Amino acid sequence: MAKRRTIVTDYLARVEGEGAMTVKLDGDTVEHVELRIFEPPRFFEAFLRGRSFMEAPDITARICGICPVAYQTSAVNALESLCGVEVPEPIRMLRRLLYCGEWIESHALHVYMLHAPDFLGYESAIELAQVAPAAVERGLALKRIGNDVMTLVGGREIHPINVRVGGFYRTPSKRELRTLVEPLERAREAALETVRWTAGMEFPERTVECDLVALQWPDEYAIERGRVVSSAGLDLAPAEYEEHFEELHVERSNALQSQLRGGGTYLTGPLARYTLGHDRLSAGAREAAKEAGLGPECRDPFRSIVVRSVELVHACEESLRIIEDYEEPDAPFVPVEPVAGTGYGVSEAPRGLLYHRYRIDADGTILEAKIVPPTSQNQLAIEDDLRDVVARNTKLDDEALRRLCEQTIRNYDPCISCATHFLDLQIER
Amino acid sequence: MPAPERKMSDKNGKPTLAVWKFASCDGCQLTLLDLEDELLAITGEVDISDFREATSAVVDGPYDVSLVEGSITTPHDAERIQEIRRQSGALITIGACATSGGIQALRNFADVSEFTRIVYASPEYISTLETSTPIADHVQVDFELRGCPIDKHQLVELVTATLVGRKPRIPTTSVCTECKLRGNLCVMVAHGTPCLGPVTQAGCKALCPAYNRGCFGCFGPMESPNTASLVPLLKRLGRSDTDVERLFSTFNANSEPFKEAAGRNG
Repeated sequence: MAKRRTIVTDYLARVEGEGAMTVKLDGDTVEHVELRIFEPPRFFEAFLRGRSFMEAPDITARICGICPVAYQTSAVNALESLCGVEVPEPIRMLRRLLYCGEWIESHALHVYMLHAPDFLGYESAIELAQVAPAAVERGLALKRIGNDVMTLVGGREIHPINVRVGGFYRTPSKRELRTLVEPLERAREAALETVRWTAGMEFPERTVECDLVALQWPDEYAIERGRVVSSAGLDLAPAEYEEHFEELHVERSNALQSQLRGGGTYLTGPLARYTLGHDRLSAGAREAAKEAGLGPECRDPFRSIVVRSVELVHACEESLRIIEDYEEPDAPFVPVEPVAGTGYGVSEAPRGLLYHRYRIDADGTILEAKIVPPTSQNQLAIEDDLRDVVARNTKLDDEALRRLCEQTIRNYDPCISCATHFLDLQIER
Repeated sequence: MPAPERKMSDKNGKPTLAVWKFASCDGCQLTLLDLEDELLAITGEVDISDFREATSAVVDGPYDVSLVEGSITTPHDAERIQEIRRQSGALITIGACATSGGIQALRNFADVSEFTRIVYASPEYISTLETSTPIADHVQVDFELRGCPIDKHQLVELVTATLVGRKPRIPTTSVCTECKLRGNLCVMVAHGTPCLGPVTQAGCKALCPAYNRGCFGCFGPMESPNTASLVPLLKRLGRSDTDVERLFSTFNANSEPFKEAAGRNG
């Protein structure tokens, strides 16, 4: 007998920001799936108009307390390319190191505190710590080392103050950076242990079929720069991004949703990065992925926890490599004179591709800004995945189904603060 | 600062803590999770009753201490804060958004319908207030912790002091004081770099001057900010009216002293 039910989560926990979920079912038929973003709008793109281009990294950092370096990096990339400035290699490597710090902090937070409790049947990492204190302590230690990298290079872990258009305000000495070597070696061991730990969790078999989109660079696992490539064969300069992707405004959301121009869902983030670029991971990360049973591609959102763990290994090894090779730059920054025109910048935030575009005048005043965060890009893919997960699990009772739906959403590490400019979980049957 | 009038300890005999979010970037509540070395010790002493970023487990109020992040920007949030106040012993705001309205308070000086049109294709879907306002504009607040973001050590000090019922040691002097303590060279005197340190509340340990840049006011105005002297000095250093307005128009733009210094009337 067909029974109608509605399953609702009116405030998603263990995600960043305010979102909710509604699923409506009629017997085994999924009638409606919705990830609603009720986080209030903050209008960054509006009040960036009239500001100096030099203020963009400090202002856009405030969009997100979890990934401020992503905002700072996409902003400086856009503005430096517009003004014809290429920063010297040691400056770029310091930016990559700062970004690795953010990946370590954000991935450790998500793997241990937000996501692992779903797999192990706990409400939080705090509860998990009662039964598995060593695991939670390992996660916190790892997270802390990520923060230590950000603090040394960026000045502080949340909203770093040291990033400027053209470089940094102050660059660290070799000796200062070397203080991070011993902690990062410990972090690498903890990250390898994290891969083993997450690989041993139980996963329902899932595959998502949508296009995968990530940055790519010939000889690096792309983080702080790259071309936009997709599993369907796109290969774009940042300036070509909007020719192929568009944002829609739908009623249920204070976030705009992205799709392929003319229709089509795509996914950015760890699964896309791994599938499109795993051969560029560090040796230790590649080996750890192999031991964890990951193949040349991973399209299983539940296994994103393993991929994030592999990326933790990469971020630690890459940080160690950068510190080993670091030569102090001649000056902390290159002077940048504003050039009237439009600049485009991209980078890989921990949860996916982050696109910025700025139009500025000859005085450096911002005339127009456009920011497309990863969660806006992933929202349609999340909803498609949610619809399919519900359709395959209609026999579950309301509580079990609600938990599975929430976990499905957390698989994507949505950052709703970013996306608002973004989600409510209800299941109706 | 008043201590909670009575301890509403839960069944485990521990005080209860709740963390609430309004319009914000999540960075200040993340500060609690960034206390990696202290977090498990804190959760041993305090029961976290409601903290959605960290846990799905929710215990109903009342709560001994509520930490509130973010500013009020929607009609629904203006009602929600009233209920949180009723459920809370001590209500502490954390960060510039909750304490002054945040950078999203720049809408207070602009046309919000225009802002909505710039960001959203279908402005009719958006429900928002004309203004972004601090929590204290809506309910009584027991302590306002400054910063964009807050300082984690100040957070631990404040929560500890609140739970034992003593006055927290949070300085209200300026960033200049911290520069002297840290032994920084004065970036304004030595390099002519514009700096809000003289009028900005301490708390960051003079971070920006230590990185060779001027303070840009994350902790908001200090107790008695002499902006009347600082603004002409900034202009003598070659800053235009627009530069000065921008300098005061960031994360604490809605605070009275910074609003005035930016040349905005009331």
